[in-house]
Amino acid sequence: MFTVLKARLKQGYRTGKFPPAPPNLPEKFQGRPALAASQCRQGCRACLEVCPSAAIVPSEGRPARIDTGRCLFCGECAAVCPGEAIRFDPAEYRLSAFSRQGLLDPQQDSVPPAALQKLCRRSLSIRQVSAGGCAACELDFNVLNTLAWDLSRFGISVTASPRHADCLLITGPVSRNMLIGLQKTYAAMPRPKWVIACGACAISGGIYRDSSECCGGMEEIIKPDLYIPGCPPHPASILDGLLRLLGRDRDAGPAPLPPKS
Amino acid sequence: MTATTLTINNATAAPLQEVPSLPVNDFRDTLQELVQQQEHRVSAFFGLPASPAGRGLELVAVLSHPEAGKCELVRTAVQDSFPSLTPDCPAFHWFERELAEQYCLEIPGHPWLKPIRFQPPLPGACSRKTATAPNLTVGDTNYFTLAGEACHEVAVGPVHAGVIEPGHFRFQCLGEDVYSLEISLGYQHRGLEKMLPGGPDRRTLPLIATASGDSSIASTTAYAQLCESLDPGLQPESGALLLRGIAAELERLANHVGDLGALAGDVAFLTTAAFCGRLRGEFLNMTAEICGNRFGRNLVCPGGVNMTFTPAQAGKILAWLQRVLPEVENALELMFESATVLDRFEGTGTVSKAAALELGLVGPAARACGVALDLRHSHPYGCYKVSAPALAAGTSGDVLARAWLRRQEIAASAAWLQKQLAGWQKENCRHRGTPRLAPGMIAVSMVEAWRGEMCHVAVTAADGTFRRYKIVDPSFHNWFGLAMAMRGEQISHFPICNKSFNLSYCGHDL
Ligand code: SF4
Ligand code: SF4
Repeated sequence: MFTVLKARLKQGYRTGKFPPAPPNLPEKFQGRPALAASQCRQGCRACLEVCPSAAIVPSEGRPARIDTGRCLFCGECAAVCPGEAIRFDPAEYRLSAFSRQGLLDPQQDSVPPAALQKLCRRSLSIRQVSAGGCAACELDFNVLNTLAWDLSRFGISVTASPRHADCLLITGPVSRNMLIGLQKTYAAMPRPKWVIACGACAISGGIYRDSSECCGGMEEIIKPDLYIPGCPPHPASILDGLLRLLGRDRDAGPAPLPPKS
Repeated sequence: MTATTLTINNATAAPLQEVPSLPVNDFRDTLQELVQQQEHRVSAFFGLPASPAGRGLELVAVLSHPEAGKCELVRTAVQDSFPSLTPDCPAFHWFERELAEQYCLEIPGHPWLKPIRFQPPLPGACSRKTATAPNLTVGDTNYFTLAGEACHEVAVGPVHAGVIEPGHFRFQCLGEDVYSLEISLGYQHRGLEKMLPGGPDRRTLPLIATASGDSSIASTTAYAQLCESLDPGLQPESGALLLRGIAAELERLANHVGDLGALAGDVAFLTTAAFCGRLRGEFLNMTAEICGNRFGRNLVCPGGVNMTFTPAQAGKILAWLQRVLPEVENALELMFESATVLDRFEGTGTVSKAAALELGLVGPAARACGVALDLRHSHPYGCYKVSAPALAAGTSGDVLARAWLRRQEIAASAAWLQKQLAGWQKENCRHRGTPRLAPGMIAVSMVEAWRGEMCHVAVTAADGTFRRYKIVDPSFHNWFGLAMAMRGEQISHFPICNKSFNLSYCGHDL
């Protein structure tokens, strides 16, 4: 017992100050991407050709914007861009949206469901289901439960039983073999219930969007109420998304600035 | 064996034509001889269709010797049936089940030929059979059952209680004791192997990186080495190789520390569980400091690495490591000094050395049973040709041995890392290039992922694209080890047995 207490003193209090203080992000963090189409060279399609997940949306055959719901944040597009038209903001981890459209254009995003904010503002139970996830999304969601992030201080908990869940958080492109398990879990949840798509896979199929064994994410199965981009999303992006879903923007810290393009 | 197999080194390629193609009976004799008499491991055993249209199938075997540092390659052409090797060599059992499923091959004599992933047949499967291939429903199979008064069955999953990937477990119990555990997977099957032929293309690297997303560095290193062996133009500089090694050891540290914490959590020793939960993140953040991503995505690429690493960064990570390591040591010491923890771990979930060898277990699970198996030492690749973290060893094969072995590996990797970081003197170069692979070749690349041997095999077509890309994840070998560990064990010991292996579902299901 004594050694345990001694160790506790030695290890100290380690819960991060985020939020509302900004999170510690690595120097090379690839945050929100922005494509300044005005800076593209005439006829250049380099980024379109290199993007592994078709995340660069063309308009009239030219790169126009980046769909963060598909983006893997691999940086290949910026690396091949002959100019400097594509940039990743290393400080912008606040990537979530409440509609699929909001991932293409944050200014056209919708608002979080009012009923959820009314019922679950101070207490949200999440059932997580992995449906073809590669374990990275799962691990970086799970990490919020460690003392470094201490999710429960916000009243958010992870529950084993779908009967106790307000929210279903999906990771993975929804493998065909997991479709029934996922639908049964959703069916077992009491109403009202909400859905979160965590990671590029769950939003759009991610790198598995063309796979014949996957369903291309949640969009066609159960429409999510919150979309958290990333491959995998940084834990700070996930926590930020959850708090904004609950309408606790004050806890979450300052709102993201609209991207410059 | 010179006449019956082709011998190559790890991470090299050879013309497919040079791999001896034996009649089925000789092929079987050769494999049996190598595995039973000469202590070879089955590193890969897979189908290679002649063409996607499906006329003729070849079977290719890659065997490796735990000491000789070589790989033996041999192949055979089959019609639609291959007599099972499993009754004589159990190490083939899972591979043969995979073959039956992927290529509709009949495998007479196999003791339990059930699907392992419930996946539809791959292109090029034995055509006559594909037409009659059953429409599989995942998890719908003839499970083993036990009948009698004291027997009962416990079914768990696919959706588990925690935040974890899905899989199905069936326990046949006599009272509290598990008579047998059957593990039925496939829920995570994403069709990965089907998406790789025709590459390498822009999707290949991210696909490989997510084969098992907690082993991205290992997977992408295996893939990069394959490309490098097939394209003489891609020769990574030593700095790039070393950076791959540094990232691989950080990956090992993160996972070992995390798993030991989770083991502590499963026996309600919450102090270590809480500390390790945070400490695992420190190693992920170090990886992110190198490449921007906590799982090392975007770091390794064919030809080298995608990031530069400066002496200043090396110094920063070294200092960080030196701050964190005593905290790790402190957290682990608490756990390994606690009588209640040791009591739960000791003698629980034992796998014998004989079983580990027979089944072909890999990585810490094998080393904990006294099987000295570590590719960084036996088949050195990349920077491990120069130096590698010390080989860890165990004997008792129980949960305690697996946990203790992980602790040893944490110390070994930490010592090695500190040495490499302290010696990092010059900024490495970033490499970007598109692999141009030699046609008609077969290449084998094996790496020691944190779970053990990971083997990638590529066969290139006449146009230099992948004709077949085979991934054998360490979990492919080890899931059955977990089933063995549970035999005769109390069912309440399942969580710690499971955590002591912590196998990958998606790495298995692909
Ligand atoms: S960073 Fe996103 S948009 Fe750019 S190439 Fe990668 S996946 Fe495509
Ligand atoms: S989004 Fe990326 S990290 Fe998440 S499950 Fe998919 S591949 Fe893995």
